[in-house]
Amino acid sequence: MPAFAAEADDARLTTPWLEIHSENYLCDGGPRLAMLDAIAARYPISCHGVGLSLGSAEGLDPAHLHRLAALYARLRPGLVSEHLAWSVVDGIYLNDLLPLPYTAESLDIVARNVDAAQDAFGRKILVENPSAYLRFSASHMSEPEFLNALCARTGCGLLLDVNNVHVTCANVGGDARAYLEAIDAAAVGEIHLAGHTVEDGVLIDTHSRPIAPEVWDLYSDLVARIGARPTLIEWDRDVPDRAVLLAEAAAAQRIMDSAQLKVAHVA
Amino acid sequence: MLHDLQLRFAATLRGADNAPLADYIDAPAGRIAIYRNTVQGSLVETLRAAFPVVERIVGATFFASRARDFAAAAPPRRPHLSTYGDGFADFLATLTTTSSLPYLADVARLEWALNESYFAADAPALDPATLQTLSDDHLAGLRLAMHPATRMISSSFPIVRIWQVNQLDVTDVPAIDMSIAETALVTRRDGHIAVRALASGDGAVVAALGADQVLDDAIAAAFAVDAAFDVQACLHAHLAGGTFRA
Repeated sequence: MPAFAAEADDARLTTPWLEIHSENYLCDGGPRLAMLDAIAARYPISCHGVGLSLGSAEGLDPAHLHRLAALYARLRPGLVSEHLAWSVVDGIYLNDLLPLPYTAESLDIVARNVDAAQDAFGRKILVENPSAYLRFSASHMSEPEFLNALCARTGCGLLLDVNNVHVTCANVGGDARAYLEAIDAAAVGEIHLAGHTVEDGVLIDTHSRPIAPEVWDLYSDLVARIGARPTLIEWDRDVPDRAVLLAEAAAAQRIMDSAQLKVAHVA
Repeated sequence: MLHDLQLRFAATLRGADNAPLADYIDAPAGRIAIYRNTVQGSLVETLRAAFPVVERIVGATFFASRARDFAAAAPPRRPHLSTYGDGFADFLATLTTTSSLPYLADVARLEWALNESYFAADAPALDPATLQTLSDDHLAGLRLAMHPATRMISSSFPIVRIWQVNQLDVTDVPAIDMSIAETALVTRRDGHIAVRALASGDGAVVAALGADQVLDDAIAAAFAVDAAFDVQACLHAHLAGGTFRA
């Protein structure tokens, strides 16, 4: 978000809400926090954590949980989300969202960690499906099965990243449409859309490109089935002009508006 | 099983060999490399952002290589990477390959001080009007606390000059007399970070106050190193710059 500070400070920016990466604001003070406070006074804020490591077998880092809880108590965000992934082992932080095998053991561990996070924050969190480049031979559940079970066990919701569904299915096998149809609609609290690149036949979730046509199609079908949800355009590398970003957001809004009309017709 | 998998995955990503993961996945090596490149490359980017002047001095290729070595030896232990890079200056000081750049570690210390100052806690700066209400006796015995965003770095080299002429927008780097020792003061006021070199008396005052000495003793320390020390000018500049907290 720092790249957009000046724009967000501009009264003409008509976006209804903004999302931050929580870890960028875990400092003690200074101009970055001051900017966040100024923006939070004018826009609803969603907080997207990238480092809690819900998939860590060794459990959550209590100090990190405490810092996040303090940030959320200060900001009172509309939404709080994390990832179905891990980044921490043996106390070392690997700066990536790493994949999990989908097993009963993993489900126990992630559910315990989600419970701990929801207790510490005093609120429900949303868990995002990751983009994957490999799968584990031990996995005996599909990703939608795992996510649905996690929501049922912990009461958490889902942040459904449609680009990640497309990227993961293309890279490790699977049908993106069937994936989305298998997701429990009532659990979905937010949707992410983003662009990817293709390198040597592998789809890379770079957040550096316009949203791909296949992802728009999946999004349209999803919204037609489950209805509109708060939808965020993620574009954090090679960021284009504001007009290009706002056009992507407007396209998502048109899809949501048209789905609402269809729902109204049926009713 | 999951903990074992995660230990092996970490070893695989932090090293160059995929063998530890062989029991768990059957994926082309290139797939694991995608994760490895993110894990290793993103830390290099984090260090580049914190140490742009060090990078400019040693060059991008050498910097990236040493940043990878540092990340391998001292990986981050916290997910908020604004704190990652503490210790990089000490790491640079141990390198024999940079012995021709004896000032490099001190320049890195200055850059880290800037980084710390930027993210340090907020606090009101000492108001000059507060001092004007005090009697001379009170002033003499006053202790002044450093603002949380204030940092002082002393070097045997002209680190402020080196830092200034290696800013990215400076194209014509002048020759610098490397025999000059400089003490850098970093302050933050209204969200803006400032760096300046302190004269010897000024540095002695800040060092003494930072060590919890009273103002009279701090001023005496300044006169001990500089007979022409100007008390008024020194305090005026610190009060305007926000060196002390209220």
